[in-house]
Amino acid sequence: MNETIKKKIDDLIETNEICLFMKGTPEVPQCGFSLAVSNVLKHLKVDFKGINVLEDNEIREGIKEYSDWPTIPQLYVKKKFVGGCDIVKEMFEKGELQKILNTN
Amino acid sequence: MSLKLEEIESLIKKAIPDAEIQIEDLAGDENHYSATIKSKVFTGKSKIEQHKLIYKALGGKMGNELHALALNTIEG
Repeated sequence: MNETIKKKIDDLIETNEICLFMKGTPEVPQCGFSLAVSNVLKHLKVDFKGINVLEDNEIREGIKEYSDWPTIPQLYVKKKFVGGCDIVKEMFEKGELQKILNTN
Repeated sequence: MSLKLEEIESLIKKAIPDAEIQIEDLAGDENHYSATIKSKVFTGKSKIEQHKLIYKALGGKMGNELHALALNTIEG
């Protein structure tokens, strides 16, 4: 993939410990799945950075290749890809998400 | 942008022959589905890897023709 986009995504993930690539913003999500993940993070009262992929088509397409994952939202915690909506919800229900976010 | 339920089922079956699949068309619009898939191929794999197997089976349709597919994978 294009080095400039890769660098841009690298920087976002490195600068933000909890980084959510989503459609819309945490305040105004534009898709039900992005809303769901955003709400889980808000519920856990963690600070996270929401990256609105609808504002940047290069990131929108780039992140799919970067993670080898075809859909948005995508959650990164400590530079590691955690998953999409289903995985995040399932991890939350099992208490696993809280562990990687250190909120226990 | 839509994909028939039967088509999703057959694509998954083709890639993962032992899969037990339950799919629901959530909105009745052939675009928002929920699927529960049970197979031996998931055993020992992380959730990310399990979901990637399904996306691979769908051959690039996920996120394109198919907008939303909520996944629940179960180790068989």
